[in-house]
Amino acid sequence: MALEKTGFADLDALLPRLERLAGLDADPLEAEHIALLGRKSGAITELLKRLPALPIDQRKAFGAAVNRLKTEAEALIEARRTALEQARRDRSEAVDLTMPPRRRWTGADHPVTRVIDELLGIFRELGFTVAVGPEVETEWLNFGALNFRPDHPAMDLHDTIYLDAPPLNEAPRGGRLLLRTHTSPVQIRVMQASAPPIRVVMPGMVYRNDPFDPSHAPGFSQIEGLAVDEGLSFVDLKATLVQFARRFFGPTTKVRFRPSFFPFTEPSAEMDVECQLCHGSGCPACKGTGWMEILGSGMVHPRVLENGGVDPERYTGFAWGMGPHRIALLRYGVPDIRLFYEGDMRFLTQFGPGGQGDA
Amino acid sequence: MNVSRRWLEDFLRRPLETGDLVARLGMLGAPVDAVEPLHAGLGEIRVALVESVAPHPSADRLRLCTVNDGSGTPKRVVCGAPNVTAGRRYPFAAVGATVPHGKGGGPMKLERANIRGEVSEGMLCSARELGLGQDHDGILELATDAAPGTPLLEVLPIADDRLIIDVGPNRPDLLGHKGVARELGAAYGVPIRLPAIPGAERIDVPPPRREAATAAAGGIRITLEDLAGCRRFHAASIRGVKVGPSPAWLQSRLESVGVRAINNVVDATNYVMLELSQPMHAFDAARLRGPALVVRRPRAGESTLVTLDNVSRPLDAETTVIADAEGVIGLAGIMGGASTEVSDATTDVLLEAAWWEPSRIRRTRRRLGLSTEASYRFERGVDLWAGGDAMRRCVELVLATAGGTLTEPPLDLWPEPSHPPRIFLRPARVTQVLGVELPWHELERCLVAVGATVVSKPADGRMAVDVPGWRPDLKEEIDLIEEVARIHGYDAFPIELRPARVGSLPDAPIELAASAVRQGLTAEGLFEVITLPMTSQDAPDAVRLLNPLSASDRYLRRELLSGLVRQVRFNWDHQVRDIRLFEVGTVFRARPGQRPLEARNVVGIVTGAREPLHWTGTGKADFDRWDLGGFFQAAVALANPAASIQVQGNSWVAVSEDGRRVGRAEVLSADAPPWAAPLLGFEVELDPAPRPPVRFRPLPSTPSSERDLALLLPDGVAAAQVIRVLRQAAGTLLVGVAVLDEYRGSGVEAGIRSVLFRLRFRAPDRTLETAEVDRLERQVLAALERELGVRRREAGPERPKEG
Repeated sequence: MALEKTGFADLDALLPRLERLAGLDADPLEAEHIALLGRKSGAITELLKRLPALPIDQRKAFGAAVNRLKTEAEALIEARRTALEQARRDRSEAVDLTMPPRRRWTGADHPVTRVIDELLGIFRELGFTVAVGPEVETEWLNFGALNFRPDHPAMDLHDTIYLDAPPLNEAPRGGRLLLRTHTSPVQIRVMQASAPPIRVVMPGMVYRNDPFDPSHAPGFSQIEGLAVDEGLSFVDLKATLVQFARRFFGPTTKVRFRPSFFPFTEPSAEMDVECQLCHGSGCPACKGTGWMEILGSGMVHPRVLENGGVDPERYTGFAWGMGPHRIALLRYGVPDIRLFYEGDMRFLTQFGPGGQGDA
Repeated sequence: MNVSRRWLEDFLRRPLETGDLVARLGMLGAPVDAVEPLHAGLGEIRVALVESVAPHPSADRLRLCTVNDGSGTPKRVVCGAPNVTAGRRYPFAAVGATVPHGKGGGPMKLERANIRGEVSEGMLCSARELGLGQDHDGILELATDAAPGTPLLEVLPIADDRLIIDVGPNRPDLLGHKGVARELGAAYGVPIRLPAIPGAERIDVPPPRREAATAAAGGIRITLEDLAGCRRFHAASIRGVKVGPSPAWLQSRLESVGVRAINNVVDATNYVMLELSQPMHAFDAARLRGPALVVRRPRAGESTLVTLDNVSRPLDAETTVIADAEGVIGLAGIMGGASTEVSDATTDVLLEAAWWEPSRIRRTRRRLGLSTEASYRFERGVDLWAGGDAMRRCVELVLATAGGTLTEPPLDLWPEPSHPPRIFLRPARVTQVLGVELPWHELERCLVAVGATVVSKPADGRMAVDVPGWRPDLKEEIDLIEEVARIHGYDAFPIELRPARVGSLPDAPIELAASAVRQGLTAEGLFEVITLPMTSQDAPDAVRLLNPLSASDRYLRRELLSGLVRQVRFNWDHQVRDIRLFEVGTVFRARPGQRPLEARNVVGIVTGAREPLHWTGTGKADFDRWDLGGFFQAAVALANPAASIQVQGNSWVAVSEDGRRVGRAEVLSADAPPWAAPLLGFEVELDPAPRPPVRFRPLPSTPSSERDLALLLPDGVAAAQVIRVLRQAAGTLLVGVAVLDEYRGSGVEAGIRSVLFRLRFRAPDRTLETAEVDRLERQVLAALERELGVRRREAGPERPKEG
């Protein structure tokens, strides 16, 4: 009974009207503002007007409730007004969001470094760690220890840049100093420095006396791999490198191994993957063969193991080498290797985040 | 090595499909670099039957022929050849067909012609017009009864493919057709046989006479003096030859692999080389003084030789030469001399098939820069045991094509006879290396396929293998294992990822450090470059190159920054203004008696806008020295974290803990275009020491109080000094100092600048009371005045803030 007198039911009856505020357009909103809060006859104002007539004990509770309702109504109306105003402004003086946003400068690794990092990442997952060696080497470590014979035609494939310095006396043998022609000397260094099991990948720059042309450079990167342990065989070589190829080129990539010749491995094998451009059907890039040479590999020659201080009767090993510069040419479709050396911002920015050219 | 498919077919006695050939050779380890179809231009030439020949009404030398070309309509052809005969077959090019060698020498497309009033609807062709020889006296009569209209290439055995094989330096046996055929025979499982010499009667060349180091052949005394340079020497004397052009089959065979025909004697020697990989030489016997032939080193006074190509070649003591009684007449194994060259006047020839020491040939070849087909093969090693077979083949060819008489059996000078090596193969070792257990009979099959002989099966389980003489690369057990793998087929080994032990070596610290630097500097907005270490910059400790690629870049770099300046110039040359580059590269320093010192440096260079230009107005400012300082700070923290940055003169340097300068940053002067922005560069040594991990510091749990102090710094007082005094005076409660502004000008006396510092105070265990912060502020102001004469600027902005 008391409730009816004090008007709590009238108060509850207003709640649905408050809920509807958020859906009103501008004119109905203002009308409803007056209807609820108008000084003369607003519905909430009317409730407040009842207060003086109430008994003291009820006045406080009812007053608080009505005031809460009033505050809430005002807030809802204000929020709705703001929303309507925003919508109106968006319609009339709309922001053109097709205007270019603001960017910051971003940098990027060299495309060849990207390839190297990706290759190293795959081999790390296959249990290899990274080892490095110097770029100036002795004839012994670059050739002799790797089973090159000084007067063998195999030397012709390594057009060597020598240092103008006296030969070095180093144990067991030194010889003339040169810019290494491959990363393979690091194999010997690693074997000499640690005992099997050995599982390393060795990135680095190598140098040949080749002038620049679209597919040659006097210096380029190489990644060498070496695994030495008891029980490693040609089957492990194939499986490891196939695993790598499928990770790098895609899980369905076709791979083949062809006999080849390197003084420091025997048997030696060239690994081809299906041409990344024509996927095997033959195109100018693969000279119509459908295949692309990716790496040279082989079982480490017993004499090389010996020169590394490893017993070749007990241990066997496999090794491989590949050229990240060359792989980067294929991967990114770069037509000329010289682009990798020029530092041209218009080239480098293509490898940045989002590939945006900012120069 | 150029190989003719047709030549190989003659060895294998079966047709070969070029694509299949290429695939098989590749999988045998002799990849084919290119295939060149030969006589492809003859595709439109057909066999035609001349049905009637009548005189041309208005030209004596021309005839009117009716030609059946298989098209169903007889063609009228005007022909000028004297030998055209009704009822015979000739190559015919109809209107619209292309003839390889037309009147101008190049391809010619035939059109309907009117020749002296008579229409001609095609051409009957001569050998020369078809590119099949020099004969132009008449049209090429075809000895065939093929139906008119049959493509010429189906009738003439000339359609061929030239395969260019990439032969590895270990496989001299593949430098002749027989060796390639042998590999293919193993792959196809068929035997091979030397092709018959067309038109040759059965010639009985007697087996050579075995002698030690000297003997006579055809009255010529032959002596081996340089036994280290020549292990075996075959010679044969043929008298009464008639030197002239080779028969067509021989010319076309040589041309099919790109060798020019010269005369029948020289062509015979070249043919044998291309077939059996044994280079041969023919001397004009009448011009050998003595008559004698000596293999020796040059004597005092013998300093040059004029070779066949009429170039004078210097000799040295390491050169093995061929001499007659009076002097040097040939460079052994490389090139003959001009004086004893076979010419049209030659009647007696002395043929040579020798084995020259490969390393000696190589040394001389390199010294003279003279690589020949012969030196290429000798350098890789010819078959020491097959020179006799080559000589017999060559004698047969000369007798068949140039006539003459072999007056006595060929000579074989072999002072130290030997056998090809015997190698023992352990099947268990094969399994160890190849990872698959192959049965004995498979091992045997593979080895026999490459020409080896399995001679015994000793009780210890080893296989005794006699390797063939044409495989000088087979010297030890591992070489046989490779042959087993190759012939068994690399594809036949499973792809099976077996468990493996991981290595024990940690990642090289310098690689990890370089990688962290790259990550840090790309985050700073810089692009990585890779440059080469050759430079023109000399210095007392610069490493010098002996054979630089370019005469100017004959040193190895000692620093990287100048290389990056070159790259900036490259960008400027391409109108690029905003440039931000870095590199992690190797630098070199010579050390007498030791390897050069190698280190890695980190270098960066920036110029142009500080941020991308934007329509709201940002991006108009260029990088300045304060950006450089920031990049430098970042680079030093990344590359050499133990170093500290100091001011030296007008630039910053990084100094290691032991006082060494390990980095610098400077505003560079370069030859810049007028529109370029300032060029800023830095370089820091990369410290290879492993980086300690980041240590966590507890987050503050109490609020800090900030005070801004505008201080008047007399010239000569550096900000760093002020900060040092601030820290000393305030102690550990001062947790941060920032510089917010620098001001000179009105309101501040000349010679003084006002610098606004923001100080942040915090006690780790309690909230600082305002009174305590006031006390700290008074404390630092007193210390600044006392130690540096620095006072507070009274009117300066003040913004006490709690937070």
